[in-house]
Amino acid sequence: PESRVHLQVSSALKEGQITPTELCQRCLALIKSTKFLNAYITVAEETALKQAEESEKRYSKGQPLGVLDGIPIAVKDNFNTAGIETTCASNMLKGYISPYNATVVQKLLDQGAVLLGKTNLDEFAMGSGSTDGVFGPVRNPWSYSRQYKEKSLSKSHSEDEESNWVITGGSSGGSAAAVSSFTCFAALGSDTGGSTRNPAAHCGVVGLKPTYGLISRHGLIPLVNSMDVPGILTRCVDDAAVVLGSLAGHDPKDSTTIQDNFKPFELPDLTDVSKLSIGIPKEYHAPGLSGEILALWSKAADLFKNAGAKVTDVSLPHTRYSIVCYHVLCTAEVASNMARFDGLEYGHRSDMNKSTESMYAATRREGFNDVVRGRILSGNYFLLKQNYENYFIKAQKVRRLIANDFLKVFRSGVDILLTPTTLSDAAPYMEFIKEDNRTRSAQDDILTQAANMAGLPAINVPAALSERGLPIGLQFIGRSFQEKQLLTVAKWFEKQVKFPMIQLEEVKRLDPGVFQHQQSASFS
Amino acid sequence: LAPWVPVVGLEIHAQISSNSKLFSGSQVQFAAPPNSLVSFFDASLPGTLPVLNRRCVEAAVMTGLALNCSINKKCLFDRKHYFYADLPAGYQITQQRVPIAVNGNLSYSLCIGNKMSQMVTRTVRIKQIQLEQDSGKSLHDDTRSQTLVDLNRAGVGLMEVVMEPDMCCGEEAAAAVRELQLILQTLGSSQAVMAEGQLRVDANVSVHHPGEPYGVRTEVKNINSIRYLAKAVDYEIQRQIEELENGGTILNETRAFDSKLGCTVPMRDKEGKQDYRFMPEPNLPPLILYDAKSLPANMNHQQVVNIDWIHERLPDLPSVKRAKLVEQYGILPEHSFILLNEDGLTEFFENVVRQTQMMPRKVIGWILNDLLSYLKQHSLTVKESPVSSSLLADLLNLLEKKEISAAAAKQVLAELWKGEGKTPLEIVKEKKLELIQDLKELEQICQAVIDGHENEVIMMVLG
Repeated sequence: PESRVHLQVSSALKEGQITPTELCQRCLALIKSTKFLNAYITVAEETALKQAEESEKRYSKGQPLGVLDGIPIAVKDNFNTAGIETTCASNMLKGYISPYNATVVQKLLDQGAVLLGKTNLDEFAMGSGSTDGVFGPVRNPWSYSRQYKEKSLSKSHSEDEESNWVITGGSSGGSAAAVSSFTCFAALGSDTGGSTRNPAAHCGVVGLKPTYGLISRHGLIPLVNSMDVPGILTRCVDDAAVVLGSLAGHDPKDSTTIQDNFKPFELPDLTDVSKLSIGIPKEYHAPGLSGEILALWSKAADLFKNAGAKVTDVSLPHTRYSIVCYHVLCTAEVASNMARFDGLEYGHRSDMNKSTESMYAATRREGFNDVVRGRILSGNYFLLKQNYENYFIKAQKVRRLIANDFLKVFRSGVDILLTPTTLSDAAPYMEFIKEDNRTRSAQDDILTQAANMAGLPAINVPAALSERGLPIGLQFIGRSFQEKQLLTVAKWFEKQVKFPMIQLEEVKRLDPGVFQHQQSASFS
Repeated sequence: LAPWVPVVGLEIHAQISSNSKLFSGSQVQFAAPPNSLVSFFDASLPGTLPVLNRRCVEAAVMTGLALNCSINKKCLFDRKHYFYADLPAGYQITQQRVPIAVNGNLSYSLCIGNKMSQMVTRTVRIKQIQLEQDSGKSLHDDTRSQTLVDLNRAGVGLMEVVMEPDMCCGEEAAAAVRELQLILQTLGSSQAVMAEGQLRVDANVSVHHPGEPYGVRTEVKNINSIRYLAKAVDYEIQRQIEELENGGTILNETRAFDSKLGCTVPMRDKEGKQDYRFMPEPNLPPLILYDAKSLPANMNHQQVVNIDWIHERLPDLPSVKRAKLVEQYGILPEHSFILLNEDGLTEFFENVVRQTQMMPRKVIGWILNDLLSYLKQHSLTVKESPVSSSLLADLLNLLEKKEISAAAAKQVLAELWKGEGKTPLEIVKEKKLELIQDLKELEQICQAVIDGHENEVIMMVLG
């Protein structure tokens, strides 16, 4: 159905206030001027401009393909893009040009979206900081925001801006940074344990993890096949709904997508929340949760209560086992999924050629970083015949218990769960790297990863700025395939909190009205 | 010396006859240019996912039903991990936990006795049938120290048929495999031609004394024909017996059959035993099969496999065909056995019967004793026979009408083999082989013979 809402950039494009080419060029210029963020691994300038040109032709004929026609987007570098390098931020796939587009990429292109480039990530999506890829770490744009700088000035010593920057979170940090810094209007990430919602929270953008099986994974280079989903990053909830509408639905190429027909929906403007039941899971008051975020969470709960919604404390008793369970299942699938990287058919191949085995070993040692290799070793250990029952099967059973926790709570009448997304605001890079990837992942995934266990939809909505001037987000978790309800509630919340726009010098410098107003931050 | 009981089990891989592969849309074709039938999924390009081929499922269900198996209404797929150049993903998708069919049996016949005239029926239990991917092919080029990998075969659908150790010798193993081959070809689920790699057999062999537990078994691979299967199994049984009688032990190892030397040799040793780290295949939901009872009313017909529907459409299996031939034509079971055993022979026989007045149980003699032995002598298949069914029928008609004798008929047949295009009648006329019916003429001939051999006659009269 035609959207009733006035689509800002889309209508600007429609009305000729700005052309797709101009829009594309501005985004490309902004990418260049924000290069220090290291959000992009590959910028596909030529093809993007060509796509913009095609889009322009359609607009001039009055025949745009849809709301996404001419809209610049970015895609995490673990999605296959035909003709454009796909690296997964790994030496193993440096220079790898895929011959096919991931289904979600194809769908966006079919809608006329303009693919600006591939964004940076933790190597093979393993990590929670976007710091462990071969192209270096991604910098959170908020590190350079006026809001953050103002708060840092109050610190006693003047440190070099260079060493003060904060991380984006991960592993879809590049996509989150790209959206946050206005270089694109929407970006694809992936979410296995929180990899879309975590950086969304740290970068102050909307990060949607859809229900498992709703969106095709064909062409998404897998981390954990039974938990991965493509994630959607945008600057507002309405935009996320539009992108979801263009991506969801059965894909014959992915046997884990549901067969039911998906109907794209319009998000109603919810005014009456009195029929809503919000659950507050007590286990999400996790050790290490910052006082700030705890307070914000409480405030949000009150917001719903005061607006007439039913807000109750609920319990998800197996939450505390989810990290360990995730560790076993994730590493086991990683060990399996990475077995194909042997240097024979594609990707890096070592010069070592004394024997096939030695070539495999050298190729994989050279191609994978420590994080990947560590997970492969762990995973293989858990899959050994003598360990399988005690680790893998046990973890599957615990996974079932975790999923059942959610089912019970939803069956008791709760519609949506409200939780924090992260334990704190974004850490400075220098702090973050003091602990290893595994430790950080275990810490940071705790609030997001149960949703992946249960396959449930979840969304981060930016809620407020922290004392340090950095974004804090809150998470809503919904019932399976009830994205419409989830996003409706998220949109209502977004409207209430009025999260501030990032005050970024580079963005301001790019003159046009399109970027300066709060509403124009979105395309829908 | 105490007697030895040999025990033989078989693992048979039959390539499914289908247009495309088990989990991808690339074509299945023998002897295509290297790497010309490889989809992105077959090459294990990152991000590709398996999509189950319905025809392969149907082939496995058909085969399971023909082997009297229980078809599992829910079965699962697993990953079996190992590194090898012809296994691009580093794992094979197979069915380890719950395969598609279990607990069946196969009956086969053997000729035993002095003149191989007695036919006995044996049964071997079928443990299970599982669907799995075939691997690619590697060709080792030792001169250039390289391995050439062809992925055309990678991902082709296989049915692995596991036969319990109910067989006792090479002959039984060969007969069981032959029967399985005929069944698969009748069903069309596999063309099962061993020479084209469509049917591969590994044998598990052990020996023990009666009343004692089973001995250590070895696995014998690299068997390229049914004949070699019998040889390999018998050799291995002998080898184990000799080894044990000399006080040695049998290692639980894999051995390769060397067809030139006619023996089994240990295969290149892999350090320790392989742990395949089996894991459920996360990209394939459980496979649900339906029957008439469980089929939901408004299910999309394209999306389901109905076991009962398949059962109703199974063709006559070889055992049924043989029984029908015996009943219809009054031939012996041994005859029908040989008829089905030779590709095209049944058809040939039935064509001859249709075109002649001779009784089928007389025709069968000509088919099995004359035609078949000639074909075997010259290593020809029935299809390549220079004597067509019509020609043979014509000849047999002459014999039936008593226009020639049986001996003459054999002479004519010998001429027909030359394939010079002459009809039986032409040959008879040419060689003056007509039977003389006229009594007077016969008397004259006999008298002439007697007259020409006076001495011999006198000797005979004197006694």
